[in-house]
Amino acid sequence: MELLKVEQIEKYYGNKSSLTKAIDDISLTVNKGEFVAIMGASGSGKTTLLNCISTIDKVSSGHIYLEGKDVTTLKGKHLNKFRRDNLGFIFQDFNLLDTLTAYENISLALSIQKVPVKEIERRIKTVAEQLGITHVLTKYPYQMSGGEKQRVASARAIVTKPKLILADEPTGALDSKSSAMLLERFAFLNKDLNATIMMVTHDSFSASYAGRVVFIRDGKVFHQIAKGGDTRKEFFNKIINVMTLLGGDVADAI
Amino acid sequence: MLFKMSLRNVKRSMKDYAIYFFTLIIGVSVFYVFNAIGSQAAMMEMNQSTREIVKMLKSSISMTSVFVAVVLALLIVYASRFLMKRRHGEFAIYMSLGMSKWQVSKMLLTETVVIGGISLLVGLIFGIGLSQLMSVLVANLFEADMTAYQFTFSVEAAQKTVLYFVIMYLMVIVLNNVAVTKMKLIDLMRSGKKSETIHNKNLFVCFVVFILAAAALGCAYYQVGWNYTELNEAKMIASIITGMVSTFFIFWSVSGAILRLIMSMKNTYYRSIHAFTFRQISSMINTMVFAMTVICLMLFVTICAISSSFAVRNSMNHNLQALCPADVDVEIKDPDIKDTGKLYEKYGYDIGENMGEYVTFSTYRDKDFTIEDSFGELSDDIKKSVPFLQTGNKEEIVGISDYNHLRMLYHQKPLSLAKGQYIVLCNFQSMKTYRDAALKANTAIEVFGQKLSPKYKKCQNGFLQLSASRTNSGVVVVPDEVVKNQKSDVAYFIGNYITKDKTAIEKIEKQQKERFEKIMEKETDEKPLEYVYTTKTEVADSALGLGAVLAFLGIYIGLVFLVSSGAILSLKSLSECVDSVDRYGILRKIGVEEKDILGSLRTQLAIFFLLPLGLAIIHSIAGMKFATMFLESLGTWKMWNSIFVSGGILALVYGGYFIISYMSSKQIISES
Repeated sequence: MELLKVEQIEKYYGNKSSLTKAIDDISLTVNKGEFVAIMGASGSGKTTLLNCISTIDKVSSGHIYLEGKDVTTLKGKHLNKFRRDNLGFIFQDFNLLDTLTAYENISLALSIQKVPVKEIERRIKTVAEQLGITHVLTKYPYQMSGGEKQRVASARAIVTKPKLILADEPTGALDSKSSAMLLERFAFLNKDLNATIMMVTHDSFSASYAGRVVFIRDGKVFHQIAKGGDTRKEFFNKIINVMTLLGGDVADAI
Repeated sequence: MLFKMSLRNVKRSMKDYAIYFFTLIIGVSVFYVFNAIGSQAAMMEMNQSTREIVKMLKSSISMTSVFVAVVLALLIVYASRFLMKRRHGEFAIYMSLGMSKWQVSKMLLTETVVIGGISLLVGLIFGIGLSQLMSVLVANLFEADMTAYQFTFSVEAAQKTVLYFVIMYLMVIVLNNVAVTKMKLIDLMRSGKKSETIHNKNLFVCFVVFILAAAALGCAYYQVGWNYTELNEAKMIASIITGMVSTFFIFWSVSGAILRLIMSMKNTYYRSIHAFTFRQISSMINTMVFAMTVICLMLFVTICAISSSFAVRNSMNHNLQALCPADVDVEIKDPDIKDTGKLYEKYGYDIGENMGEYVTFSTYRDKDFTIEDSFGELSDDIKKSVPFLQTGNKEEIVGISDYNHLRMLYHQKPLSLAKGQYIVLCNFQSMKTYRDAALKANTAIEVFGQKLSPKYKKCQNGFLQLSASRTNSGVVVVPDEVVKNQKSDVAYFIGNYITKDKTAIEKIEKQQKERFEKIMEKETDEKPLEYVYTTKTEVADSALGLGAVLAFLGIYIGLVFLVSSGAILSLKSLSECVDSVDRYGILRKIGVEEKDILGSLRTQLAIFFLLPLGLAIIHSIAGMKFATMFLESLGTWKMWNSIFVSGGILALVYGGYFIISYMSSKQIISES
């Protein structure tokens, strides 16, 4: 079933004299239960695309539909409400509140939806087990490792059972071991809990955990490949091939 | 280049400096306004006695200004250090680019000079404007003629303001330089990444400390506010110190426990973004325990100073009606003069000339009847507890019919007295306490050989002399036959003029006084005479003047303290807000609604501002209780009015700081 539909969106920066097209006519759809990776070099427009979908940024033209609802027409306080009720965010720099414990950070996402205390407790317990962070729940962000922080941030993103989870370079600040652990959790969330994930990355290894990879270059969709029946390793090699085709950024991809 | 950079720094950090500017401007203008009062009053038309009071006001403001300058200097140093700390990252960049400490100092110097110059100028302009309003108030208080209003500018006050503030700015410059030379690049670079230290105080210890501090505070309150009859200097100082120390420990324990307490209330803590809000509050007050204590104490002084000074002023006016119910009061102390009227006749004058109602009578003293005798058996106890009381003084005695005539003149109900009874008149509170005790014990006295027992169990409210305050420490009223044929002690003549018209009274007063002085001159040729000549006009002038002086000083000190408290709280809350900008960004990203974010900000600021105010108000209850006792002799009429007035001033200035802090914080967090 179609969850997200991006229709011919464009995003310009600057003024008439010096116009930068960050996104130049992109259309794509994401189905429910899909794990999609958006790949591209720095400056290709992948983060702008994510920001437009998440309503953090506004499109210059085109439409974005989430479950048939046009999110580009939302304004003011409806934006926050839309984000709160429909989306889960995972950022490169975690964005955890340094004054709160892991438990409180996760609880915040629920308490702003007015979930009762008992329910908060139950849901955090479940999500903590799923992401393997039960032992850090009472810790503050500065007492945790990068991987733990990112898993706490992920827990905060999925605990509200959002329709769509948006991850912006989630492994960007992690070492390879922590990255692998986090991505395995993502795959688990996607397969076993049927979560829809859209992840922006420039790292082929991260992208190989997804079910489908969309390549973006110069603000346009350059290519798409689906994992199909491939193993992760085969899929990884395919991604590397496309990246070579994209050119110039092979070093970046490895 | 450096100069350009300094200017740009000032412009760019205008937001940070806004509160600093605001505080400096208020400081400068308040300083000018109060110091200009003297020269303003000099321009007005007023009588001689008021002039004397203005002189007194001027010198007392001048002295207070030194103290005020010290407070403002501390505040300015605090604020500038605070702003410096916020700029450590900036200094780190300068120094890592190779700028020398000397150059950084020079840049800071330029900034201070620019800010100091602008604030001084703007503050003076504001001050000159405000002082025009003040002259209306001054004229009103001193009942001066304002028909010939003119714009006044006090060169003296302006010079003084500039001098004092230049000294303060110099101090800031020196201290800033010291701070710069002490800076280490590594510390500067690290200061941006402060790791949040979590203050984990033991909840049990907090609880015990809170209970102990509250108990100590209660004790101090009791000593000062309720048990004041046993209060002496040592106890007073002990209570003040206890109060200060307890205040600190109350904030210490509250800051440690407040978060834990709310965390234990899960339904509150895990609702909306309360978890975030209370963490913020907790971290704010945890780093401010000492500052909060100082602020609380300053607010306490403000409330007490403003309300008691207003109370004194109000009751002065009220007292005049109650305690000064006649126009003129002449007292001559001479055993041979029993009737002042006869004395006037002797020199060919009519004492009733130009007079409406009047009475003449005399009072007596018995050399064997002293205050000690009035106290009877309680005398030893009272002497022990108040050693300075002069119990050996002879009591003033008056016959009942003489006194009742006076009461009629004063529009008071006459008293009745049977044979063998006596009444004591007293309205001086502390003396009344002892006298009441003696009367309650049914103390019998012997006056001119006649035994008398008290008619009432306590002193009656009454007095003989005209006065602005309750200073009658005791007059004994006895049956007429007791004082019959005794030698007079003081001959009284008390009365009202025939007219109520102000200019007519002035004329009569002048004539009467000249006449009286002539008589006294002639009389004293024979022997020296003690006498008192009091008019309502004189009493009113000095009372109003004293009230005005107290009111001005109270407002002056109160305002300065209030401004200081508000400024410290605002600065702290703003810097906290700047440090938390990222956190608000995160809240927005996870979808917290704007109204919840602003609500959280409001809650944080409100608790932060209300905490010291709350304790200060509780302190003030005991403080005002003490002040009421202390001001008893001056009168505490309409105390509540004064409390409302001071509450209004407090709400205006403190509330103003709250609103500015909220608006600036709102702007800071909405930038991202």
